[in-house]
Amino acid sequence: MFSASEASSSSMDALNLAVNSTSAAEAASFWVLGTIAVIGALGTVLLRKAVHSALCLAGTMVILALFYLANGAYFLGIVQIVVYTGAVMMLFLFVLMLVGVSAADSLKETLKGQRWLALACGLGLGALLISGLGQASITSFTGLGAANADGNVPALASQLFTKYVVAFEVVGALLTVAAVGATLLTHRERIEKSKSQREQAEERVRANKHLPPLPAPGVYARHNAVDRPGLLPDGTPSDLTVSATLLSRGQVREVGPEALHRVAVLEQRTADSHGQTEHGRMYGEPHDPDRDVDDADDEGRGSGREAREARQDAREEEATK
Amino acid sequence: MSPVNYVYLAALLFTIGAVGVLIRRNAIVVFMCVELMLNAANLTLVAFSRIHGNLDGQIMAFFVMVVAAAEVVVGLAIIVMLYRSRHSASVDDASLMKL
Amino acid sequence: MESLIGLLVGFPLLGAAVLLCGGKRLEKTGHWLGVVLAGASFVLGAVLFFDMLGKSADERALHQHLFSWVPVESFQADVAFQLDQLAMTFVLLITGVGTLIHIYSVGYMEHDERRRRFFGYLNLFLAAMLLLVLADNYLLLYVGWEGVGLASYLLIGFWQHKPSAAVAAKKAFLVNRVGDAGLAIAIFLMFTTFGSFAFAPVLSNATEAGEGKLTAIGLMLLLAACGKSAQVPLQSWLGDAMEGPTPVSALIHAATMVTAGVYLITRSGAIFNAAPDAQTVVVVVGAVTLLYGAIVGCAKDDIKKALAGSTMSQIGYMVLAAGLGPIGYAFAIMHLVTHGFFKAGLFLGAGSVMHGMNDEVDMRRYGGLRKYMPVTFVTFGLGYLAIIGFPGLSGFFSKDQIIEAAFAKGGTQGWILGAVTLLGAAITAYYMTRVMLMTFFGEERWRGQANEPHPHESPKSMTIPMIVLAFGSVFAGGLFKIGESFVHWLEPVTQFEHGHSPLSAPVVTGATVVTMLIGVGAAWLQYGRRPVPAEAPRGSLLTRAARRDLLQDDLNHVALVLPGEYLTRGLVYVDNKVVDGAVNGTAAAFGGLSGRTRRLQNGFVRSYAVSMFGGAAILVAATLLMRAV
Repeated sequence: MFSASEASSSSMDALNLAVNSTSAAEAASFWVLGTIAVIGALGTVLLRKAVHSALCLAGTMVILALFYLANGAYFLGIVQIVVYTGAVMMLFLFVLMLVGVSAADSLKETLKGQRWLALACGLGLGALLISGLGQASITSFTGLGAANADGNVPALASQLFTKYVVAFEVVGALLTVAAVGATLLTHRERIEKSKSQREQAEERVRANKHLPPLPAPGVYARHNAVDRPGLLPDGTPSDLTVSATLLSRGQVREVGPEALHRVAVLEQRTADSHGQTEHGRMYGEPHDPDRDVDDADDEGRGSGREAREARQDAREEEATK
Repeated sequence: MSPVNYVYLAALLFTIGAVGVLIRRNAIVVFMCVELMLNAANLTLVAFSRIHGNLDGQIMAFFVMVVAAAEVVVGLAIIVMLYRSRHSASVDDASLMKL
Repeated sequence: MESLIGLLVGFPLLGAAVLLCGGKRLEKTGHWLGVVLAGASFVLGAVLFFDMLGKSADERALHQHLFSWVPVESFQADVAFQLDQLAMTFVLLITGVGTLIHIYSVGYMEHDERRRRFFGYLNLFLAAMLLLVLADNYLLLYVGWEGVGLASYLLIGFWQHKPSAAVAAKKAFLVNRVGDAGLAIAIFLMFTTFGSFAFAPVLSNATEAGEGKLTAIGLMLLLAACGKSAQVPLQSWLGDAMEGPTPVSALIHAATMVTAGVYLITRSGAIFNAAPDAQTVVVVVGAVTLLYGAIVGCAKDDIKKALAGSTMSQIGYMVLAAGLGPIGYAFAIMHLVTHGFFKAGLFLGAGSVMHGMNDEVDMRRYGGLRKYMPVTFVTFGLGYLAIIGFPGLSGFFSKDQIIEAAFAKGGTQGWILGAVTLLGAAITAYYMTRVMLMTFFGEERWRGQANEPHPHESPKSMTIPMIVLAFGSVFAGGLFKIGESFVHWLEPVTQFEHGHSPLSAPVVTGATVVTMLIGVGAAWLQYGRRPVPAEAPRGSLLTRAARRDLLQDDLNHVALVLPGEYLTRGLVYVDNKVVDGAVNGTAAAFGGLSGRTRRLQNGFVRSYAVSMFGGAAILVAATLLMRAV
């Protein structure tokens, strides 16, 4: 599209390589897409949740890919989409999931003056760069019409495999090393033999504790309930029902009073229909028809972070000891 | 419109990325901001490639991408390790110093 | 014979080294070693003396070059000795009186557990004093000068457990430092003027230097003499120096060390002869001290301090005589020698009295002691007659000569000096009679005291030296006077001129005897005829001032100590606030800066990133700036 117009204009002015301005269509697309790219970049920096940041970044990268295309770098444009938005961003998201999706940064700055320094440095550098560019006063440009005459990919390839072949090979080696390095870094050596299912079962019998499999989570929850503990018969949540990983991350949601209320209402309803009123008293909840089951909502949203902070406090105490 | 505008845009993105590196605490987001800076640099290279009419800029951008990919792999592995040992992805938590 | 001179110094030096380093093994016998070595030095001195007598006057001076001490270019400091008539006189006086006092000390210090150390110090003193008088250059003299100062300090403070003794020692040392500085400066001046500080080149070339320079050197030498010989204005230490053991007072602070100033002036006679202004100052200092010491001596009730005042006064006579030039040098030395005998005798007598009186020094608690200690009484009495100038005794001859020489100075000066010396003679007679009467005559005021003493004669080891010194007191003067033998003996060194007195010699002698009798009579009227009160009466203003040494300490306090204190305080303040303030301030500044800088390394990777980013921004700015320029 833009590239086509650019290519045609460059073919028209094949003899006069230097031109002063791009097409109006490219200018329009630059302003629109550029704005979006800046917004995406700002979103990357400013949004609290890492996932949102990643999405914003992906958007910016796609737009950059378009700009590459507009600048005659067809190969790079495609590679940008494949490698960055495809591979790299996926890798980011993988790690995000591993680390915890819901882990959101608090906006409170802990380092004194860090934010102001950062802003000052950023504004200073930006001003410098832009003023430097302004001084450069490039009024005309050559365009890639001649360079891309045989197509962008063959032109790149002919350079890459001749002039830059050593660098290319070295970079290939670098990639291999990086892959091996990443594997090594994340690899955890098993120091004992992993237990077989049979051994685990025998161990459980010997310990005489939880002979059956662990109870399932989220018995009464309405959400995707892996992170919500099941309730014991007396209504207290049981940690056994949720994954230890979620517990240690503090991403387990509490069963709030609303949920308990809801349980009580359900019980009451069941009791009413069976004529057994005594059972509902167990929860100490009189029947209240105003509080409808459907209105009850999650209350444990902040609990994840609170739990994490509590855990951090405990760790600090341990460190000071 | 002059292609220099792409360079202006790249400078803007680079600055935003740099500020992000400085103010975000989540290591993954910091890393994303670094990627943003690298991309801004790439945009500069591509724009200059066009302005000067040769492909060296694109080749350079290509290498930057490859190296960035390698860097992302290693960097994310490091973040995972950090998370394992500290149970947090905050770069501030990596400090063991007394205040 | 020359090669033996060094041994004069060597014997006592060996004694000092052995006694001070020997430790407890020498506790029993060490003092005898000290006596023997002092005696050996005296015997050697006597041998050299008789050898010297056998030669003609011009060949008498001996010279021994021991070794080159500091041979640097034109600065040639040698350890070399010169034994001429003047030095010989001193050698005999020092070793003779010194040996006697060593013997005396054996008895006097019998009960002191640090006797060995005492004898070590005494020997050290002898060695230093002999070095002082035997040196053939001013630098070596300076070594001896400081050595006697050190020995004096150690011996005054020998009973250092008494705070008063420790303070007195410190005072003596400090006041002496002032004089020593004078001597040092004089030596510097000599070196710059003459290119040498050996006696021979300096003294033979003295007339060639400018009078201004000679006056400066002379005044500095006088300052040195004032310090060592307790002359006004550096006299304040001598009274307090009586805190030392009495033999020390006798040897160092009466007979020998305090006369070193007179030796120095006499030795440097050639310089003073060529600098009349300096000579005038010397005479004035001598005259003032003469009266000062005499007045102080009249008021003191402490027998040793009265004698100390007398010492000052008598040295005043000597300095005055030395200031008169060639007409007086010989008499100064003559009086020095006779004074060495009778004053040492008097001090030893005083020590003997104290020994018998439980170390009581207040004369108002004495009285009537002649019955209990006859030997002491007789020897002390002979010394007394000698010092007041009783006709025929040694003090008479020497003092009479000085008075004559003072008149012979000529002009108004001569009359004034003659009058002063005559007045001094009267006062001398007065205070010595007072001492005599209060101690040996009158009521026995010591009876009925809480701690009543049992006066008794001292042991032989103490009385024998006193007897020998008494002989010296009686006969030395006459011996020297016969045929002017002493004057002729010294003439090759000091040059002698006959002064032309406006009064004939018999008149002066008559006047001297009359004034002496007046002084004795006045004292008898006051202390002989009437009973002496056991407690000191309030006394007149002059008496009270004299009891306080004519306010010398108060003067020093106001004029020197207080400004010094203020200066010190000011300097301490400056040191604390300005110097330390600057140093500590710098340290604190760096500390604070470090504290701030330390915070830069806070472990937060983002802080480091800001630094990096800021640095990058600055680099970009620098690059752009370079482009723009």
